[in-house]
Amino acid sequence: MAVITVDELRKVYDDVVAVDDVSFEVEKGEIFGMVGPNGAGKTTTIESIQGLRNPDGGSISVLGMDPQSDGQELSERIGTQLQQAELPDRIKVWEAMELYSAFYQQTVDREELLSRFELTDKRNAAFSKLSGGQKQRLFIALALVNRPELIFLDELTTGLDPQARRAMWDLVREIRNQGKTVFLTTHFMDEAEQLCNRVAVIDHGKIIALDTPENLIRDIESEDRITFTVEAGVECGFLTELPGVTGLERKNNEVTVSGYGELLVSDIVTKLAEHGIHWRKLRTEQPTLEDVFLELTGREIRE
Amino acid sequence: MRGLWKLTVIEFKLFLREPEAFFFTLIFPLVMLFVFGSIYGNDPRDYFGGFGMVDFSVPAYIGLVIAVAGLMNLPIGVAFDREKGVLRRLRATPAKASTILTAWVGVYFLATVIGAFLLIIFGKLVYGLRFGGNGWWVLFMFILGTFSMFAFGFIIASVAKTGRTASVIGMVLFFPMIFFSGATIPWSQLPDTVQTIGNAMPLTYIVRVLQGLWLGDPISVHLESIGILVGILVLGVAISARLFRWESEQQ
Repeated sequence: MAVITVDELRKVYDDVVAVDDVSFEVEKGEIFGMVGPNGAGKTTTIESIQGLRNPDGGSISVLGMDPQSDGQELSERIGTQLQQAELPDRIKVWEAMELYSAFYQQTVDREELLSRFELTDKRNAAFSKLSGGQKQRLFIALALVNRPELIFLDELTTGLDPQARRAMWDLVREIRNQGKTVFLTTHFMDEAEQLCNRVAVIDHGKIIALDTPENLIRDIESEDRITFTVEAGVECGFLTELPGVTGLERKNNEVTVSGYGELLVSDIVTKLAEHGIHWRKLRTEQPTLEDVFLELTGREIRE
Repeated sequence: MRGLWKLTVIEFKLFLREPEAFFFTLIFPLVMLFVFGSIYGNDPRDYFGGFGMVDFSVPAYIGLVIAVAGLMNLPIGVAFDREKGVLRRLRATPAKASTILTAWVGVYFLATVIGAFLLIIFGKLVYGLRFGGNGWWVLFMFILGTFSMFAFGFIIASVAKTGRTASVIGMVLFFPMIFFSGATIPWSQLPDTVQTIGNAMPLTYIVRVLQGLWLGDPISVHLESIGILVGILVLGVAISARLFRWESEQQ
């Protein structure tokens, strides 16, 4: 069942087409990610869906409502974390929770939310005194005060250190596991890959691919790279005869074999054993969403 | 109007936590009262028709409080909240625009009332403040003056793109206004050229009418000034309704 249906969404700022006839659906209970570089149209899309911006064309249906005309009613049932939004410097954590709860008809236990987001001992702290991760946790907590069915997270982990990002991913999964639907945007490909059930890759206002991360990665013709070290002088040229192998590089004692196929690693290991070669430090590099983006657009995402 | 009460309470707490806003609205006018009160006292003078210097100054200082709230507190607070995206986040809740506007006006009005009360209480206790007018008319004028100054402040909040710009505009208007309007230096002491400038400032009319009514003028002599203030109120609301934005451009 689709909780969000976007059909031919279009938004133009002055002469710039920010979102160019984008269509997609978000299913109930999934984590749906929109990935792409800054300026690709992610924020415009996510905010149009929430009724915070007026599209120039197309139609949007969210939980069966039109965000333009039923914005008020819709905002009761969704939760949001916005990019470029803050709270007043001197507002305390508990005051923010109390204030945002006051705007909704239906609310949850605030103290429980604070404890779930590890903010209980920060409840008297001013917003400006919180760390980046604590601020984002508070924003998610605020997004959940009205027991929403659908949560929007816009660049949730931007500016956070790797540890805080991983902690945030766990929280997002936990929200999904409670049966809620999550729509997020990110410019981190690893985040989309780790977190999302389905990913829409957006570039220059157009969706250029939409599928599960696994399918997106499988669909690109990208090689695995297997690297290991051997004793000096040991010859490994015979590996190029294996099916699927497309290349072999040698740097001193380090050998890198590239190729396709699910059995590539085991074939290589078996072959090395047959030749009585001792290898160490074997590692494999598989394509990621990063490579998917590179393949689809011809450029790196972080330009 | 769901959330109005909570928003007003929290916005008021935040106002009290801003040291500058707190000082200029509540303390600075009292400092003026004590400094000039201790110099001139409040003995009745023929020049003031039997009233003293403090009786003459307190309504003018109430005008000063109104100017602080309307030209500084309100536009600076609103513009900073917009710049930081506080308003964006608020607008993503079911809170209506009218709820947020009402809370702002409520908070800054309350601050103005407290500032005025402090002046009256300390004027009374320390200098035996006298009142010679009709309380209801003075109250009416206080409300009209405050609202027209707030409407003026909303224009500043609408045109200023950042909080910093709002505070520069606010101060550039505030300082000449408090000196050229009769709020701090008595109007009769101002040279003609300065009075000409003063006549172009909203605060001048607020001070003139509040002072006049306080000392016993009938309302009929101030109808022109009242008309000007109503005009500023209507114009301010119309202009800011057109120009006001909830988010800054780069958002």
